[in-house]
Amino acid sequence: MIDLVAAAIAGFCVLAVAGGLLGRAAAGHFLVYGGCLLLCLGTLGAGLAAMMAPPTTLLLPLGIPWIGVHLRLDALSGFFLFLVGLGSAGASLFAIGYAAHDEQPQRVLPFYPLFLAGMHLVLLADDAFAFQFAWELMSLASWALVLAQHRDPANAQAGFVYLVMAVFSGLAMLLSFALMAGGQGSFAFDAMRASHPAPILAAVAFGLALVGAGSKAGLVPLHVWLPLAHPAAPSHVSALMSGVMTKVALYGFIRVVFDLLGGVPWWAATIVLVLGGVTAVVGVLQAMLERDLKRLLAYSTVENIGIVFVGLGLAMAFRANGFVAGAALAFTAALFHALNHTLFKSLLFFGAGAVLTVTGTRDIDQLGGLIKRMPVTSAAVLAGCLAISALPPMNGFASEWLTFQAVLLRPELPQWGLKLAIPADGALLALAAALAAACFVRMFGIAFLGRPRSIEAAIAHEVDRWSLGAMVGFGTLALLAGLFPGVVIDLLRPVSKAVLGASMPVQMGDPWMTTIPVEASRSSYNAALLALFVALSGGLAAVMVKRLGSRGLRRAPAWDCGFPDPSPMTQYTGGSFAQPVQRVYEGLGYQVREHVDMPPPGATRAARFSTTRSDLVWDWVYRPLGDWVGRIAGALNVLQFLTIRRYLGFVFVALIVLLLALALWQ
Amino acid sequence: MRGLAFDIAHMLAGFLVLASFLMLYQARLFALLHVLALHALVLALSVAWQAHIQGAPHLYITAAIALGFKAMLIPWALRRIVFQLGVHREIEAVGGIGLTMLAGMGLVALSLEVMLPVTAQADPVAREDIALALSVVLIGLLMMVTRRNAVSQVVGFLSLENGIILAATGARGMPLVVEISVAFSVLIAFIVIGIFLFRIRERFDSVDVGALDQFRGGRQ
Amino acid sequence: MRDFTIQLLQMTLVLALAPLLTGLVRKVKARFQRRLGPPLIQPYRDLRRLIGKDVVMAEQASWLFRVAPYAIFGCIWVAAALVPTFATGLMFSWSGDLIVIAGLLGTARFIQALAGMDIGTSFGGIGASREVMIASLAEPAMIMIIFSVALIAGSTQLSVVADHMLTAHVGLRVSLALALVALLIVALAENARIPADNPATHLELTMVHEAMVLEYSGRHLAMIELGAAVKLLLYMSMIACIFFPLGLAGGLSGARVSVAALLLGAATYAVKLVIGGALLGTFEMSIAKMRVFRLPNFVGGALMLSLLGVLLLFVSRGM
Repeated sequence: MIDLVAAAIAGFCVLAVAGGLLGRAAAGHFLVYGGCLLLCLGTLGAGLAAMMAPPTTLLLPLGIPWIGVHLRLDALSGFFLFLVGLGSAGASLFAIGYAAHDEQPQRVLPFYPLFLAGMHLVLLADDAFAFQFAWELMSLASWALVLAQHRDPANAQAGFVYLVMAVFSGLAMLLSFALMAGGQGSFAFDAMRASHPAPILAAVAFGLALVGAGSKAGLVPLHVWLPLAHPAAPSHVSALMSGVMTKVALYGFIRVVFDLLGGVPWWAATIVLVLGGVTAVVGVLQAMLERDLKRLLAYSTVENIGIVFVGLGLAMAFRANGFVAGAALAFTAALFHALNHTLFKSLLFFGAGAVLTVTGTRDIDQLGGLIKRMPVTSAAVLAGCLAISALPPMNGFASEWLTFQAVLLRPELPQWGLKLAIPADGALLALAAALAAACFVRMFGIAFLGRPRSIEAAIAHEVDRWSLGAMVGFGTLALLAGLFPGVVIDLLRPVSKAVLGASMPVQMGDPWMTTIPVEASRSSYNAALLALFVALSGGLAAVMVKRLGSRGLRRAPAWDCGFPDPSPMTQYTGGSFAQPVQRVYEGLGYQVREHVDMPPPGATRAARFSTTRSDLVWDWVYRPLGDWVGRIAGALNVLQFLTIRRYLGFVFVALIVLLLALALWQ
Repeated sequence: MRGLAFDIAHMLAGFLVLASFLMLYQARLFALLHVLALHALVLALSVAWQAHIQGAPHLYITAAIALGFKAMLIPWALRRIVFQLGVHREIEAVGGIGLTMLAGMGLVALSLEVMLPVTAQADPVAREDIALALSVVLIGLLMMVTRRNAVSQVVGFLSLENGIILAATGARGMPLVVEISVAFSVLIAFIVIGIFLFRIRERFDSVDVGALDQFRGGRQ
Repeated sequence: MRDFTIQLLQMTLVLALAPLLTGLVRKVKARFQRRLGPPLIQPYRDLRRLIGKDVVMAEQASWLFRVAPYAIFGCIWVAAALVPTFATGLMFSWSGDLIVIAGLLGTARFIQALAGMDIGTSFGGIGASREVMIASLAEPAMIMIIFSVALIAGSTQLSVVADHMLTAHVGLRVSLALALVALLIVALAENARIPADNPATHLELTMVHEAMVLEYSGRHLAMIELGAAVKLLLYMSMIACIFFPLGLAGGLSGARVSVAALLLGAATYAVKLVIGGALLGTFEMSIAKMRVFRLPNFVGGALMLSLLGVLLLFVSRGM
């Protein structure tokens, strides 16, 4: 199985070369994306199979001499392989149609397969070198993709911020591995699993892994690059970065914390819980205020990563207290949500890409009325919006429901930090879910409903079949995963068994396929049955009403309380829709200044109202940090103008200091 | 039966915390004074219930003091003061009401976390009562800190004092003398603050204590 | 078969009683205003009249606008069917717990807000925007209330909760008291009742729910009105079943419930509804509508109280 995946990775590399050579050819994108689609379908299947099978390993004679590249495919990497394969297959399918509009395909085609190769390789890596190499490959390839449209200065800045954060994340992961490898320098994961580092070292390694993987995934306050970089890339790459790459980062976190470190103390769980809850709320609030469609989705990714981290934090808390059954529930909920997020976030980015292609804008205040011009896209995006807002019967609700069940599972944990963090996280999750619903009512309502606010939106048309296929496919999957959560939970059993040594009870054994996380008298949820009931009662009502009452329907101008309302500009915009929420939650991660410019009585110019929003994380953490780095760099600028003798002197002194340190160490 | 006695005692203490939160929530002076009366009423009930279950008749006197002085006299007097001074009736809170309430929640959690382990050996009725009483005290302090208006600071102080009485009655064997002296000290404090209110009002035409900072000539 | 009958009975009962409750509240309010008020059955007449009328739909309305009334009604009705009214242990009660009920109501609200924005008028936008603002506080408050109840009863299943409240020695709990206060606030806000919204207004800038459904007419409007009535009944049944479960028939054990117990349950349920409706009417008459930007404090207060209840339960099981 593992050699197939390794072959697929090699295949991606070949496609990358082909993409470089055929970049300008008309059929180039067809070949590259089609090839990626096929390979991803293969890795998806391999991942699925690997979840059921025992771990397999492979040693490749590549890389550093005498060490080689260790690869391993176990249940955990199998699940993430499935997830990455699924997300990438969808993105490739979408791209076959979408990339036809690409102006500079040679800037995307070589890097896209490399990006996929990097993500796949991270999942297989079984030693720190291979992991680090793959991690950086993933970062650099996606950086190149972010800069695909580098003429836009905003994109250039996004690329810079992304590169800094990626390097930072890679460095943190590297240091974490170095600490776990210990003095012997055994960089194979097997050796790390076997060794038990001192508590203080393990704590630092945990912190570094949290920072490294968290910054890649978008954990607040390390999320700032995400809303810049994800939207800058072409939409299918945005979908990959938001829907898939963040999951690879989660994989890195899980691999280190749950597997290599083998359990962490309760305070670590508290940190993860607090960060996760804060991330969820801060992310969704920013999304609520955003008017750029893709940035909105990127902020919403931050929110969902927060939800997954809450699940993982719960699993860590329960595990630290020896309550593995609860840990299995929370862990399953987290992975389930990760899968769901891949489905609906990719779908929504596809939708945003489709809108961008036909209207040329990502500003929701320029859109409107697309539901009539793009019916299929709108329906798929509506399904995605329902799912991401955690509403039954879609999949987002199923995983949040499981997370809530995990929160309620064991209130009598002894540690005070957990006692306060777990209920607070429950509230934060609920708040994030409600705000997500608000955010996506706004997104869908402004961009797809109402009347068109610009010519481009008024003459929009449906996109090509490939793109529609990807959107409808993912929408269907999101619905199916929501209707039959038991299937997914059962699929995740071997993963949680392998990682935690326990798993949730079998779900599909129940004759009605009801999801029962613990026991029937505690909680149960049958999405399919409820959806059937809703459809039946709604349909019944429609039939009865039409039979008993009137069937007539007349079209007339909108009533609107009798106000003549000719202009679409009188509709609510994204800004006006968000204003109540923005005022209520001001201070939670953002600050808004409202400017009113009212002309004096008698003047004929228009009154103006505008708002400026600032991200408090950016203002309080990154700007001071950037200034500080800038100052130091300015001070060190002198070093650029030294003689060669002095440079040699520096090298010499550094060498002597290192040797001295070594001498003192021993 | 014993369980029900516990429950009612907890319930009344919980209501006291609830009333404290209602105070934090109020944005109008008169409504705040009504809640203060309610706060004292709940305290009186709670103390009376303690008198009943502990079989300590002297606590009934404390309850009567709470009812008479704090639930009726002081709110009435404060109301008169507000009328006479013509104080601005909207209360400004430092940081929004939501944030203050959130801070209040944190204080409740903190006091529970601090008190419950410490009093693990104590009488189970007293245990949770004392934890709740501490949170009433802390919320009272929070109110004094976050309100700009002097009248609402007085209210915060009175609610703080209610918390102290609740804690005292929960612990058995508190002599009456102490309670009466506490009650009188509050009365005196109240008079002092009342005079103080009139003084700032005379000088600055406002009871916003921010005016005092200006007078002090500190940074502002 | 018997279980099935009870379930079906319960579903039709909910539907049949809902307009009556709305009528009752209106009547109580009218009497307070020294008016005679419309008869109790006026809501039924309104519904019949609306169903019989043709629909006048805005030119720019999309398919979503036409489907929405039925979808909203379906979601609310199914949610209401999951709440025990006169008997617990309903046949399909296991298909969803309290969180699912909250979720179904969330779906209904989501679709309603979208339908409000579909026409592209400013009123629809106002309504939808305010609705989601209120919901963004009320929904987490609801989840926290559910948490309090679930931590005490050890289950999120409403039937189990009701049985637990009936049989076990729950006693008086501080956290339950907090949850009750919070639930009352949430119920007022979610049902667009007076301090949050005025169900009787039109053409007023403070309206929320009515602004969203402004463009609806005929049978569509009938479905939405009926849905709103069922939602009010749902909340009242939920409060009754969690906090005042007295007289509820049945148990989870699967034992057959006697007809007498069912009748008793139905009688007490009717009494609870009358009391609840009267209290709601009285409350609405004694308080003024709040400014929109005061609402976050009101509903946020519910969130704080319910969170406080959950915190108390996490820290000390005795609360």
